[in-house]
Amino acid sequence: MKTKQIRQAYGEALVRIGEKDKRIIVLDSDVSNSTKSCLFGEKFPERFFNVGISEANMAGMAAGFATTGKIPFINTFANFMVLRAGDPIHSLIAYTNLNVKIAGAYSGLSDSYDGASHHSLIDIAFMRALPNMSIISVSDPVETEKSVKACLDIDGPIYLRLSRAEMPYIYDNSYNFEFGKGNILVDGSDLTIIATGYMVHKALEAAKLLKNEGINARVVNIHTIKPIDTELLLKCAKETGTIVTVEEHSIFGGLGAAVAEVIVRNYPVPMEIVGIEDVFCESGGYEELLNKYGLCAENIVAKSKLVLSRKYVEK
Amino acid sequence: MILTSEQEDKLVNLCKKFRKELIECLHAIGSGHPGGSLSATEIITTLYFHELNVNPKNPNDPDRDRFILSKGHAAPMLYLNLAEKGYFDMRELCNLRQLNHMLQGHPCAKTTPGVDLSTGPLGLGVSAAVGMALAGKLDKKKYNVYVLIGDGETQEGIIWEAAMAASKYKLENLIVILDHNKVQLDGTIDEIMPLGNINAKWESFGWKVIETNGHNIRDISSALKEAKQVKVKPTIIIAETVKGKGISFMEGKNIWHGKPIDDEHFNIAMKELSGGN
Repeated sequence: MKTKQIRQAYGEALVRIGEKDKRIIVLDSDVSNSTKSCLFGEKFPERFFNVGISEANMAGMAAGFATTGKIPFINTFANFMVLRAGDPIHSLIAYTNLNVKIAGAYSGLSDSYDGASHHSLIDIAFMRALPNMSIISVSDPVETEKSVKACLDIDGPIYLRLSRAEMPYIYDNSYNFEFGKGNILVDGSDLTIIATGYMVHKALEAAKLLKNEGINARVVNIHTIKPIDTELLLKCAKETGTIVTVEEHSIFGGLGAAVAEVIVRNYPVPMEIVGIEDVFCESGGYEELLNKYGLCAENIVAKSKLVLSRKYVEK
Repeated sequence: MILTSEQEDKLVNLCKKFRKELIECLHAIGSGHPGGSLSATEIITTLYFHELNVNPKNPNDPDRDRFILSKGHAAPMLYLNLAEKGYFDMRELCNLRQLNHMLQGHPCAKTTPGVDLSTGPLGLGVSAAVGMALAGKLDKKKYNVYVLIGDGETQEGIIWEAAMAASKYKLENLIVILDHNKVQLDGTIDEIMPLGNINAKWESFGWKVIETNGHNIRDISSALKEAKQVKVKPTIIIAETVKGKGISFMEGKNIWHGKPIDDEHFNIAMKELSGGN
């Protein structure tokens, strides 16, 4: 299976947009070799600012740049983006709707061996609660490239949720990425599995396992978590009657919560949320961690069956 | 820019007027921060009426000088200056901090013309100013970026992150003014968290340090003039000030950082402020 590192795809995409648009500048806080923003730095040293280990200052500087018409992309690990740079992201960037693109590298458990301090499991919850903020979470190398480009079509802050993982391709270059629109990857009528990021791959795997048992699951990729595709969510609720969400994030405040907020207010159906339960994780191999904490096809299958049993009972 | 004695008189009178209007306004709304507005009166007024290259008719002019009130709680003094310049109607001041009106408790760049950056959480202004100044150098613009910070504010770690960055990028177009009023919300700076040798700290971060009397318009003006001649490094002007300056019972008292002004204190304050006329 052909795969590519998401960070490599991101770094290359930055270079490509940087060639076309001189307003783009890139800031990193001493992790540019990890985030791959260094690729932009090598190509455009005069528009690349490595500010050292000072994430809050980086976000503050980006706010200042944005007031002058520049389009800054800021880079660090997702967890530090939220916890260290969260103050200027809230009070300068989001509050004034400044055109800053916030790239959270190594989200979820993808920086697996570094342990719980480096796992990013609360970033969606924080970013989603900020007015003016949009969120894109990528599921493959092509989507990564398309979403970096799409960032430029929106005049305002965007949180781009990236990953350290090497991901297989879901899409080819013909993919028509539409900001704010989810994609049905597999159709089915028994239930809908809604996933984001790397979990889209796990959802596809789960759908195959369910198929073997005669259950037809629809699989939806929600790349834009905010604003969420309300229309598609309601269509799925109406047509399949049950929903399972899957995300590499706390079960609190992430994709599951975003979907539930739409569903309970408009068309309540039984739902399950697959994510990290209320715990800190630990060091280990990426796939090992995902398996241990339930972010795997088998658990999605189990939760699917659970929600289906509720569907029939409640009917 | 040379300050003529005529201009100096004009600025001194403006400051007197602003102090009175400040107290009237804060008394009327029963909220806001008098102490830090009074210590910064001469600094902000000198900037707006003698220093900044800004045009109220074109508040977003890309070539304008920028001013960031990083100590955002001195917002009322900023608003008085902006209204006097003509950015908005003076009558807006009566609606400071009130529902459905544009003057927020802390400056908001989205709602208020002339505000270059939303501020409030202390320490953020210098980082943003570094971005603005760096953008100016990148685009070969002539503008300067001015930032007013509090002394207590320099207890925030991000100030020193920004100080390193300004030095690394040799931002001679960045001028920070420190309102050194020696008092913070909970007490004096020395009681709460002493700043040690302020000049040595900034010098060691690669900044040019200039000291001045923050209540003397002529001194502030010449410090700014000197700052603009500095090359390849950013400048900080340490302005010696008094918190609550001009009102005897507020001077040097931390309780007047953000205390509402009652009728009794209002009457005393207004009497004192009128006494100089």
